[in-house]
Amino acid sequence: MFAFIATTIFCFILWLLFTFNGDIWGIDEIIAGIILSLIAGVASAKIFIKDYKLANPVRWLFILAYLPRFFYEMAKANFDVAYRVITGKIKPGIVKISPNLKSDISITILANSITLTPGTLSVDVDDEKNLYVHWINVKDEALRKMPRDYKSVCSTFPDWARRIGE
Amino acid sequence: MIWEIIYIFLGIGIVFNLLASIGLMRFPDVYTRLHAGTKCTTFGSIFVCLAVIIYGLWKWYDGNKEMISLAIHSFFALIAILLTNPTGAHAIARAAYRSGVKPVNAVVDDLEGKK
Amino acid sequence: MNPFMIALILVLISIAIAMLRVLLGPTVPDRVVGLDTINTLVIAGMVLFGAYKKETIYIDVAIVYALLSYVTTLFIAKYLQGGKL
Repeated sequence: MFAFIATTIFCFILWLLFTFNGDIWGIDEIIAGIILSLIAGVASAKIFIKDYKLANPVRWLFILAYLPRFFYEMAKANFDVAYRVITGKIKPGIVKISPNLKSDISITILANSITLTPGTLSVDVDDEKNLYVHWINVKDEALRKMPRDYKSVCSTFPDWARRIGE
Repeated sequence: MIWEIIYIFLGIGIVFNLLASIGLMRFPDVYTRLHAGTKCTTFGSIFVCLAVIIYGLWKWYDGNKEMISLAIHSFFALIAILLTNPTGAHAIARAAYRSGVKPVNAVVDDLEGKK
Repeated sequence: MNPFMIALILVLISIAIAMLRVLLGPTVPDRVVGLDTINTLVIAGMVLFGAYKKETIYIDVAIVYALLSYVTTLFIAKYLQGGKL
């Protein structure tokens, strides 16, 4: 029931934003929006909300705190790729990291963050939630011991993903 | 003043979009091409969308009421790009590995032998 | 000349370069990577065209195009790795 109400309200807010054109909404637009968001809520409540972890406001604060860090890393990543496009210096490899994350939300956040940040691209994930990461410029100190240290691959992103989604 | 900000944002976006396609031509294998094709286009398109958002908000502030919808819809395009692009790249990388494409000149390959 | 039009022309040039990768690409995943890049660039181009024409409808098309091209990419990837569709 909670999932249905939350999905309907979310869809209705989206509808209001999409139909806004500088003036107040007409009554017919609002009625059409309510009917359509009820239909969308019935159809997709089970897919949209799987568990209630993200209903906790503390996690929203963590997401807000995470965004500036993420955009900074993303900008750095782009200058890194630009440098490699121009000079052509690459040393690629696929490394395995074990971030010890359990839930699907946190592993999704981590994989997307890894893909958009400097020099790394997530390739595969196995049943024990180990990530396989394609690394465009492998550092030698990460290769010495076998359970790789994830700090050198993706700095502190696993900790952030754990705070947001575990 | 606002035109200059829009010029700068458009410039950054266009430079990274061009770099992405040049990287697509220069890099040697699928995975490194994905690096260029994902990161640079995401970043470039975000800046292009931000330029349009600033333009729409500015025209709205100037009194042209319809232009707010330009800004809102560009913001949704930005969100769509930001959410779908890395996931698509992840799917392509995984499919490429499972269909048997090996990374060129790899110094280490932990995924080798596992399926 | 309108700056959005100039930006749109430059985006079209980068689409042309990415199209070369789709034509040349030695393996199938290479072509898919080219296609994925073209999709994102087309979205950027549509947003720019909407700003140039001052019409929101082009940006709506861009949003729908983004979501549909994402589904297409996932579908092609699933097909490539040989799973059931």
